[in-house]
Amino acid sequence: MITAEQLWLIPLLPLLAAGLGALTPRRGLAVASGAAIAGLVGSFIVSCLALRTALAHPAEHAAYNFTWFALGDGAVRLGWLLDPLTAFMCVMVTFVGSLIFIFSLGYMKEDPNAARFFCFLSLFAAAMLGILISNSLLSLFVSWELVGLASYLLIGFWFHKPEAAAAAKKAFITTRIGDLGFLLGLVWLYDATGTLLLFDNGAGALEAPALGGMAAQVAMFGLPVTTGIGLLLFCGAVGKSGQFPLHVWLPDAMEGPTPVSALIHAATMVAAGVFLIARIYPLMAADLVMEAAPIHALTVVAFIGAITALMGAVIAVAQNDIKRILAFSTVSQLGYMMLAIGVGSWTAAIFHLLTHAFFKALLFLGAGSVIHAAHHEQDIRRLGGLKGHMKATFGTFAIGMMALAGVPFVFSGFWSKEAILHAAHEWDVSHLPLYAGLCAVVLTAFYMTRLMAETFFGKARTEEASHAHENSAVMTVPLVLLAICSILLGFLGTPAHPWLQSQLLGAEVEAHGIFEGAGLMILSIVLVGGGIGLGWFIYGRNLRAMATDKDPLERASPGLIAFLGKRLMFDELYAATAGRLNTFGAAFSDFMDRQVWGGLVNFTGRFGLFSGWFSRDTDEGGLNGGFDAGSAGLRGSGKFYSRRQSGDAHGYLRTVALGFVVLVIAVMLGGGW
Amino acid sequence: MNPLQLCLVLSALLFSVGLGAALSRSHAILVLLGVELMLNAANLNFIAFWRYGPPTAPADGILFVIFSIAVAAAEAAVGLALVIAIYRHQKNIRLQEASKLKG
Repeated sequence: MITAEQLWLIPLLPLLAAGLGALTPRRGLAVASGAAIAGLVGSFIVSCLALRTALAHPAEHAAYNFTWFALGDGAVRLGWLLDPLTAFMCVMVTFVGSLIFIFSLGYMKEDPNAARFFCFLSLFAAAMLGILISNSLLSLFVSWELVGLASYLLIGFWFHKPEAAAAAKKAFITTRIGDLGFLLGLVWLYDATGTLLLFDNGAGALEAPALGGMAAQVAMFGLPVTTGIGLLLFCGAVGKSGQFPLHVWLPDAMEGPTPVSALIHAATMVAAGVFLIARIYPLMAADLVMEAAPIHALTVVAFIGAITALMGAVIAVAQNDIKRILAFSTVSQLGYMMLAIGVGSWTAAIFHLLTHAFFKALLFLGAGSVIHAAHHEQDIRRLGGLKGHMKATFGTFAIGMMALAGVPFVFSGFWSKEAILHAAHEWDVSHLPLYAGLCAVVLTAFYMTRLMAETFFGKARTEEASHAHENSAVMTVPLVLLAICSILLGFLGTPAHPWLQSQLLGAEVEAHGIFEGAGLMILSIVLVGGGIGLGWFIYGRNLRAMATDKDPLERASPGLIAFLGKRLMFDELYAATAGRLNTFGAAFSDFMDRQVWGGLVNFTGRFGLFSGWFSRDTDEGGLNGGFDAGSAGLRGSGKFYSRRQSGDAHGYLRTVALGFVVLVIAVMLGGGW
Repeated sequence: MNPLQLCLVLSALLFSVGLGAALSRSHAILVLLGVELMLNAANLNFIAFWRYGPPTAPADGILFVIFSIAVAAAEAAVGLALVIAIYRHQKNIRLQEASKLKG
């Protein structure tokens, strides 16, 4: 039986594995990988026990709080929180993570630094689980930054490739912009409520007394304090979850090894932002009672999500790298989740988060399997015809693709996407997010059909593709398990039996018939069918024969596709604005340093020189003789000391250390001061 | 041993490791690392004496350490900038070779 008090066991096991991995030498791959897998499987078991505890009382937010340190009259308190949201997320992260660790055994077995890889993976898992179990926004923030660090280390795992090193830096710096907002939000929240604990027997920041007090205060321009805090915290989620306008780092993060893309940049870490907003949903929604507020925090969330969902899907249409296509589809799906929270249904967002984690991990591992088999060829124009060579990968990838596209009734993605679209339909502020979501449904089905057709159908277009063969069981078994979950998981939350939503909310959600609101469902089924049909019509019927053939869409509208291929020029835009501003700032500082401050220093120097001349003249006139003798003595000692000035920093250090030892001996012999 | 003595022994060990690293390494960054270790040993002493020593104002020890960490961060930035400058100048960062400024 695991209660909130023992929850720290969950991140501890991977953390120990990471420590062990850090201490093993390079050739100790068996130790490092064994510890990593054992640690995560262990915390999977603990998570399952925690889930059992949580489901016994789903409405309860069982918190265990303790004092970290006391400072003056105040104390900084941390805590663990066990409720169904935490427990479901922990089970998902540890389960998907374990499968991906196992897959990595096969994928990374030829890499000489694989032991370091497993150490970083375990560190990531520990930090991610730390986010999930935190009852304090402070420890959540610490884990949040650790996750960012692990992501940086893993994107840049092949740091000898300049693109990977640059992508790692870009990911770290871009998410840091959002994290600055997060930190400001934390400080403001602490100022407003005096606590960073989420639940604390009525005194926590997410409980009614604190929220009521904050929602009634107006910060500025008629905005309630909770709106300000909520939007600042949302900045952190925007950075971490790749939402517009900070999505630019996520596609570049695909420079890391593919298991990393699957674990961190598809299934778990990027979902942390969605988890955060779902976790603090009462805070985000507190300003809804203020009808007069100029804008509500959740409205911003909904529109950012809708923009992200549509933009990701549009850009994915024109990408050619198999991992980039999946990365943009991740951006788009994360947009869906944010949209769901924004329109008020965080349970639908978490439902989609869970199903997405499974089928997107499946798709990325499938892509990894393809890349591994095709000798690191990632361009879908240079693949093709893999269906015959790689039957297991093809079958599981097809299941993942249908789950992502939302093929009706059997696949999990359909049910979670339906839940989001229904929530958007019932939102009474605006229907624009719904339309954006529906457009993204067509586009998702379309680009995934293109990906399938170009990668697996037709005949091999290059040497690498024609020599591809199926990978070993250590890589295919995780695929099969994930594929099974990608199908079964959808039935946890169908409208006819919304078990997952009821557990998350801690209150019975009214069951509808499967076909309630059938109009919207039929519309989205038609859209999915249309997207797949269109994709097959354009790409599947007459597949390109040569890798260099032009894309049918590119023939029709080369300008548009080139623009989309460059990802709507966001990188160029940022380089022209933020980048240029930074360059200007650097040039300005340089100018100030060299010309203004340097000028001042030079002026002072000149002044000293001038007064020196003056003094010399007076000196040489009179005082010289008497000082010559003294000077000779000084010169001698100067020479002596300048010989000690050997320029060898170690020599200096040794002297300092020796003096230190002499001092210590003197103190000890002298019996203290 | 009481907790204060344990802390002091730990910080003495930390200091010795740092001193050893600073004296024995020729790589400038590793020497900087050693210096940081020694500094943190001193910080640990501050905290230990504040926590276990005679009672003082509530946050004295912590504030002292926070200042010291801030100074250390600035010092590390300057140190790394020097390392980069030396690297640009002599194309390596072996300390023994950085002796152009000798008297």
